[in-house]
Amino acid sequence: MSQKILLSSKEIHIILHRLACQLLENHLDFTNTVLIGIQPRGIFVAERLCEILKTKYGVAHIDLGVLDITFYRDDFRRGDKTLEATKTKINFLIEDKNVVLIDDVLYTGRSINAALTALQSFGRPAEVELLTLIDRRFSRHLPIQPNYRGRQVDAIDGEKVKVLWKENDGEDIIYLIKK
Amino acid sequence: MSELSVHHLLGIKYLKETDIQLIFETADHFKEVINRSIKKVPSLRDITIANIFFENSTRTKLSFELAEKRLSADVLNFSASQSSVTKGETLIDTVNNILAMKVDMVVMRHPNPGAGIFLSKHVNAAIINAGDGAHEHPTQALLDSYSIREKLGDVAGKNVLIVGDILHSRVALSNIFALKLQGAQVKVCGPKTLIPKHITSLGVGVVSDLKTGLEWCDVANMLRIQNERLDISYFPTTREYTKQFGVNKELLNSLDKEIVIMHPGPINRGVEITSDVADSKQAIILNQVENGVAIRMAVLYLLASKIK
Repeated sequence: MSQKILLSSKEIHIILHRLACQLLENHLDFTNTVLIGIQPRGIFVAERLCEILKTKYGVAHIDLGVLDITFYRDDFRRGDKTLEATKTKINFLIEDKNVVLIDDVLYTGRSINAALTALQSFGRPAEVELLTLIDRRFSRHLPIQPNYRGRQVDAIDGEKVKVLWKENDGEDIIYLIKK
Repeated sequence: MSELSVHHLLGIKYLKETDIQLIFETADHFKEVINRSIKKVPSLRDITIANIFFENSTRTKLSFELAEKRLSADVLNFSASQSSVTKGETLIDTVNNILAMKVDMVVMRHPNPGAGIFLSKHVNAAIINAGDGAHEHPTQALLDSYSIREKLGDVAGKNVLIVGDILHSRVALSNIFALKLQGAQVKVCGPKTLIPKHITSLGVGVVSDLKTGLEWCDVANMLRIQNERLDISYFPTTREYTKQFGVNKELLNSLDKEIVIMHPGPINRGVEITSDVADSKQAIILNQVENGVAIRMAVLYLLASKIK
């Protein structure tokens, strides 16, 4: 097994700021827009973006939710392990709102498909967009593409993209791991 | 630990402490789901569940059925009184006929102790015991402990008093197993005739005086006098039972702390518990019912994920 650094701490920092600016360009003051981080790893991206938008760009208030997709996944009973759920916390209505779904890595698209189904339990949004930090090309099982992407990566099936965060793993860094 | 150590839920006796924690953690997530405006998830969309009830039930049957529907399972309902069982069909034949229609899980209530265990050895489906005679009622014990955990933060270290007909109660036995497994202290209280002879071998204390028991406990679980199971007279009159083992407001007010009152239902108001207690803030009887759906969703989800 070998691993190489895909993005360093500094590069992640720059990319997050760029993504925050892109969100700002489309959603201005976020009065009719909500951010939803997908559990378990998308929440770190969502929280960082939220913080940048508030502290650097003076956005007064952003609705930020976290969504667990376990009960909506299409691989229930298909693997060896029981799928373990995590917390969902969406304290606002998404009816007629612009929703930005946020995840760390877009791979097959199945997680996002489950997230879109899960979202229906919270109302009918006006529009749903997708933001991912890493977009793995050539690996989609479903016709799903991000509206905002941090970095596009060519990775083959045996490889794994691992995103680490300072608040959870001690440092901000993204690896490409070859088996 | 991320999966159950068992393939069936036949009794608390067969569970490990980690199984109970996993069920509770999963139930937390389902509780959030059932408080949404859209209360349904698609997890069990390819699972068919038969609810087979050889004995009457209102809340358990409704609770299981609701849990199954909230998980998007297909549900078959069967009650023995309207079936071929009255024509002499055996239990295995009845269930195998139902399974021939491609059923994956069976929720069963039966008047005979061990019916679920017997069935699990002879048919190829995940079995959930919804009460087998005077033996066990595992989902009730799980939702009782879950409700204590929700109200008091933890089950470990708490003193729980179970009052009433311990001899005929499957709720009492399952509760004793579950509470002991989680590190709570348990005492039982009731007429001597309704306390099993060797109950202390389960690590349970016995108190004969209700007030002494209530002063000791953090939680009192008031059981119903099961008149349908009382084949002989175990106490002189209902009035005398109420006088010695019924909880009323004055009795609770005379204690130096506020204890939590639980009841598995159905309540005989004015017998084991008065209306003013049952409807008071101290009683978490309706929370138990709400938690019952979340607990059953968790059990169904975790067992279904082990069906290959």
